[in-house]
Order: sequence, then C-alpha cells, then structure tokens
Amino acid sequence: MAGIPHDHYEPKSGFEKWLHSRLPVVSLVYDTLMIPTPKNLNWMWIWGIVLTFCLVLQIVTGIILAMHYTPNVDLAFASVEHIMRDVNGGVMIRYLHANGASLFFFSVYCHIFRGLYYGSYKAPREVTWVIGMVIYFLMIATAFMGYVLPWGQMSFWGATVITGLFSAIPGVGTSLQEWLLGGFAVGNATLNRFFSLHYLLPFVIAGLVGLHIWAFHTTGNNNPTGVEVRRGSKAEVEADTVPFWPYYVVKDLFALAVILTIFFAIVGFMPNYLGDPDNYIQANPLQTPAAIVPEWYLLPFYAILRSFDNTVWAVQFAHWITFGIVDSKLFGVLAMGAAILCMALAPWLDTSSVRSGRYRPMFKAWFALLVIDFVILMWCGSQHPSTFTGWVGLIAATYWFAYFLVILPLLGVLEKPTLAPASIEEDFKSHYGKAAE
Amino acid sequence: MFRKIAISALSALVLTSGAVRAEEGAETKDVAFSFEGPFGTFDEHQLQRGLQVYTEVCSACHGLKLLRIGSLGEPGGLNLTDDMVKEYAKGISVVDTLNNPGLIDPATGQPRPLTPADHFPVNDSYFQGTGAHAPDLSVMAKARKGFSGPYGLGTNQLFKGMGGPEHIYSILTSFTGETKEQAGVTLYENKAFPGGWMAMPNTALAAGQVTYADGTEASLDQESKDVAAFLMWAAEPRMMTRKESGLKAVIILGLLSVLLYLTNKRLWSKVKGKKLA
Repeated sequence: MAGIPHDHYEPKSGFEKWLHSRLPVVSLVYDTLMIPTPKNLNWMWIWGIVLTFCLVLQIVTGIILAMHYTPNVDLAFASVEHIMRDVNGGVMIRYLHANGASLFFFSVYCHIFRGLYYGSYKAPREVTWVIGMVIYFLMIATAFMGYVLPWGQMSFWGATVITGLFSAIPGVGTSLQEWLLGGFAVGNATLNRFFSLHYLLPFVIAGLVGLHIWAFHTTGNNNPTGVEVRRGSKAEVEADTVPFWPYYVVKDLFALAVILTIFFAIVGFMPNYLGDPDNYIQANPLQTPAAIVPEWYLLPFYAILRSFDNTVWAVQFAHWITFGIVDSKLFGVLAMGAAILCMALAPWLDTSSVRSGRYRPMFKAWFALLVIDFVILMWCGSQHPSTFTGWVGLIAATYWFAYFLVILPLLGVLEKPTLAPASIEEDFKSHYGKAAE
Repeated sequence: MFRKIAISALSALVLTSGAVRAEEGAETKDVAFSFEGPFGTFDEHQLQRGLQVYTEVCSACHGLKLLRIGSLGEPGGLNLTDDMVKEYAKGISVVDTLNNPGLIDPATGQPRPLTPADHFPVNDSYFQGTGAHAPDLSVMAKARKGFSGPYGLGTNQLFKGMGGPEHIYSILTSFTGETKEQAGVTLYENKAFPGGWMAMPNTALAAGQVTYADGTEASLDQESKDVAAFLMWAAEPRMMTRKESGLKAVIILGLLSVLLYLTNKRLWSKVKGKKLA
C-alpha cells in the first residue's frame, strides 16, 4: 500500500509464509491497525469509530428485527408491537435500532462538521470526502425507508410527501413516482420494496465505508493543524505520528464507551423522546396528521425544501426563465439536492491554501455561523409553517448556499491566514512541552 | 474554538430535537406518576384498579387489540397470578363480534371463552348516537404528546416526559359540561382535546362508576389516574425490563469508561511525557 512509510508485516513462521504468499490477509489487517496516525488528533477525531459501531449496531439489530417483522400493510404495525411485547429482548432491540439511527446521524453531523472546519476535504483527500458524502446520502435514503416500515401515520404520510417530490420532475415525474411506489399511492408494494431496499443499502454503505477508509489510509489522516505528516525519513514519521494500535484504538474505545453510556441511558429511560408520537398510530390513508414532520436528523434539509415557495423572487425568476418548467415544488427539490451537493463540492469551492480552520481567522467566524445556521434550519423544519419561520428558513437556507458558493471561494483570496506550525511534532510539543521529547 | 462551537451546537441540537406541534387549546395537566424517571416503577395496585376501570367502563367502546391477555401476569406490571389471569380471560365479553372472527366458535356462532394466549378483543363499534369510532387504546399512551415546547425546543418533554398518560388523564378530567350539535352529532367540550370538542360523551367516566376492591375512593380524579397508568402499562408492558436493561448497560459502560480512561491516560503518558499521578 502507498502512503506514509512504516514497518510492514513480515511473515515469520512457516504457516504465515505459506498463507502470505497465497492470501496476504494478515498483512492487510496488520498494516491497517499499525498505520502511522498523527499524534495530535483531538477529540473530534473519534466519530469514525462511533460511526463504524453504529453501522454494525444497525445491521445486527436490524437483522434480528427482520426475523420478526412482517412487511404487509395490515400486519406491519402489529408485528412491531409483537417484537416489543413477545420477542425475547425485543423491546431493547427495537429501541436500540430506532435510536441507533439518531446516534448514527448525530455522529455523522459531528464528523462532517469536523471535516469542514479542519479542511479534511481538501487535496489530497477529495475522494475520501466525496465517498463520505455518498455514504451520507445513502444513510438518508436508508433511514427514510426504515422509518416507513413500522407503518405508523408518520411513516405513511412521510413516504407520501417524499415520494411526491419525484412528481415535481417535469415530464417523467408522475410516471417515475408511480414506478417507485409500485402503484398510484403508497401501499403494500411500496412497503415491500422499501423493506427490501432498507435491508440492501446498509451493505452498500458498508462497502463504501471500506473504500472511505482505504482512501484516507492512502493519503494519511488529516489532523487539527492541517499540516501533513513529514515523509522524508522514518525518524520524521515517528516524530509526527503514533501507530493506530494501541494509541488510537484505546482512545477511540474510551470515547465510544462514554457516548454509549449516554446512548443507553436514552434508550433505557426515554426511548421515545426523539420520535414522533403519531407513529404509534397505525397508518390511515384517509386521515392526514395535523403536521407531517420528518425525524430530527432530516429537518435541516426539509427546511431548505420548504423555504422556497412562490413568494421568493428567485423561484419566480426560475419559473419565468424556464417557461414555467421549474415551479416552486421543483425548485424546492432542486434546492434540497443542491444543499447536499454543495457540501460534496467543497474541495473545489474552497480556494484557500491553508487547510485547517485553526489558522484562518475570518473563516472561523463564517464557519461558526454555518453551524448555527444548521441548527436554525433544524428548528425551522420542526415548526408549523408560518410567515416568521418562512423568513427565518429562507435566510438560513440562503446562508447555507452562500457559505459554500460565495464565502468559501472568496475567503481564499481575501483572508490573511495566521502562521501554521512547521510540523505536527512542533504543534504537539507546544501543547505538552519539552517533556514530550 | 472548535470545542466551543461543538458544545453550543450539540446542546442546541439536543434542544431542537423534539419536533414540535402546536396543539390548539389543548391543556395537559402534569401528573406525578410512579413510573416516571429512570427508577420509577409501576404501582401494581394502581394498574389493577386501572384494569378494573378499563374492563367495567372503557371496554364497552374501546378495544385493546395489541395486548395479550397473558401479559397481565407478567412481572413488572399487574402481577396477577395465573389463575386470576385465566379467570379474567374467561370473563371478557366480546362486544364487537363482527371484527373478531378468530374469537367466534364456528359451531355455535357465539364468542368462545378467551384464554391468556388470546389478545384483548378488537372493538371497532361506534360511540352510541355519534358517527365516531372509539380508537383502540393499545398504544394510546405513546401515541399522544401531552407536553411540547417551549418555542419548539422540546425541553418540556425532557423534564415532564412525553405526557401520553397525562394526556389521557387530562382528557378524562377536562370536560366542561358544554355540548353542541354539529352535522347531527353531539360534541362535548373538553379543554384537553385538540380543537376543544370531542365525540366521547362527558359522561363516559364519572365518579363512583366502579367500586374498587381495595377500598380506594373512586373519585373521577382517582379513576382517571388509575386508567391512565394502566394504559401506559398496556402500551409498553415491558417498560420495567427496558429500564433495568438500560440501567445495567449504563453502569457497565460507565465502569468501562473509567477503566478505558485510566488505560488511555497511562498509554499516552509516555508520548505526552507526563508523569502519572
């Protein structure tokens, strides 16, 4: 493998040599575990392990749930309750899976914003970043389809609203929507295909996670200084890094244990806090709930979708310039997609030569505003639409796009960065003093 | 810098997480139920009284179709003995014969005696004199949000709970006595009901409607609390198992965190050049 120079696996015993010449799997595991990792990583570098754990947790609990769940519009709701009431350990398995999605998204947002602040998306890590964005997109799809499976009111109406977005596509929209649903409306065919895809996609995600890790093991980890590990000699590498095992394995496990303590407290003591009570009412196609709201982790992008209505001049302009093809509904859908696409394009939109936000004084303020903006969007998405939330949502959505499309490109030109340390070793020593020598 | 941003963002995330809906005019009263909080447990006597209220009053119109009768004997809930559960099952009358084909004896066409393995019967009958269905109550205590806000932040639920059982209690105790006719249907004013007018009659539950075996005074307030607690149990018969599992996990993971903290500190001390305490 390419990357930072370090000691590689040497087969010693006869059997090891025999296996190594046929399948170098031990070497793969060894090199993965012993990879030199910058020794100045802070606590924002723990989310990768948490996310890997989440994926495993969701797959394991999900497989058990699938053994007892019935994907049928008449039986699905009762089968979920059957899991909670009659299956051994079912109450915990189901709540772990439902709240596991929240932990998954909470961690992925921490992970993404970490990357945005420390410039982890910049060359040479663009491929890692783009794969990560594809994973995030698949996570949204998986979570959305999983939420439909209990067949509660919010499952059904959420599915109706979101699949309805496809009908906004000019020309083929309605046909596409019917093809997706397997009928004219959300029904048994929809439930069955969502179940099938909800089972499939996590394994696609697992494959992409493999690529994600492979990519950043090739480039090496980013770190809080954004300064690359020196690769001139083995001595330089050793001054800048520590092997992943045991240093980061133990550190990450410690962080994971703390996070899981909180997670299990939520699952054990308030498992329905993050959910919508309406989903404990069985789906009823004849009765629309008072408000159709997605789960918290999709709210920011839902708010962007809703922000662009007919009163926005940009929407009116798009409508006029495309001879009416782009209406407010399609505009909203495009905006939601573009909001995620903007993030994925960050490596090419950010023009600054300095990687880490730590040495970018102006960037820091704009980035802090982006984080606040994200939270405001989340709040807007949860509210009943009103004139006030409409305005707040529109301003917040506009800032989201402005950050990626205007501020990131301009800052590279306007900003005067502060001096980054010459090496990771220097940064590390400034924290831990001479004793580190 | 990042830490500050992260902390404020994380706390804000937690605060906004409960998606919030404005329930027009619906007022939920806070009740201190015994099962609230990480260590709260069901009061089996209260649940038994609640079962009595459900059986003698509510079951005339409301079903409980997702609840297995045998659950009444499970630990952590009503703790009825096997004999009591069997006796109770036999005594259940199937009101709605149309929607319970599985409970009808094909030979006689009459409902067969129920056993603990059966679920409570479906009851999809109409309120007398109205066109409204009486909803099934199996998971009602989880299907209603009693508390929300403030300002869409969701912190109220964090301290008071979701408010499902409180909502049920409030519905039963918040009739004003006012009625109105709408499209030939009588509606009853209820301060706790979204919209303020509901089809359930204000006489549905009244003081003294049951006579408690344990001598507790059957005031409307008492009956409402008891049946609300019972319905919370019915919505989640394994709540105690869940809390126990949660507590065990929290203790074990807490200990593991301490051990890993110490391991991590010792491991990194060489790299950081710090002396161990």
